[in-house]
Amino acid sequence: MTLGRVVGTVVSTMKIKDLEGYKLLVVQPIDPQGNPKGRSSIALDTVQAGVGDIVMLIDEGNSSRQILEKPQAAVRTTIFAIVDQIHTGEGS
Amino acid sequence: MKLGRIIGSVMCTAKDPGLEGAKLLLLQPVDEAGKEYGDPLIACDTVQAGPGDLVLWEGGREAAMSLPNPFNPADAAVMGIVDRVDA
Repeated sequence: MTLGRVVGTVVSTMKIKDLEGYKLLVVQPIDPQGNPKGRSSIALDTVQAGVGDIVMLIDEGNSSRQILEKPQAAVRTTIFAIVDQIHTGEGS
Repeated sequence: MKLGRIIGSVMCTAKDPGLEGAKLLLLQPVDEAGKEYGDPLIACDTVQAGPGDLVLWEGGREAAMSLPNPFNPADAAVMGIVDRVDA
């Protein structure tokens, strides 16, 4: 599970059946302080996240299939939570 | 998933039976601004993509799972044709 910020949306009409019905979002990985790190990826949204939201995402196939409740889906990157707050450091 | 641009295709007559009937595309990974990164790779097509198309693709096990016969040796597959990216 990693943190990311939603930075955009992707529209695709022609796609495999497994992707039908889900919003596709561009997610920039971030560190706990909110700084971008690494390359962005395209994730399936299951929590109605939007541009600007900090989210938790998973980049693993079996976990994604469990979230989607589709054991055969060819899906790996899935947003499954919107982050309200992150506490770091002492007393967190 | 990642974004990529189709820059060509690859024809193979003699190939692993698991890839029988699969269209093979030459794909250049790009970011959400359309900027190229990394080396081109070969991906199986599932959506009738063609040269010039901006596509969604995935590597690894999920690539094989997206093909009609999931028991195949593919490690990259095109899973969607992108109409628009707003980022």
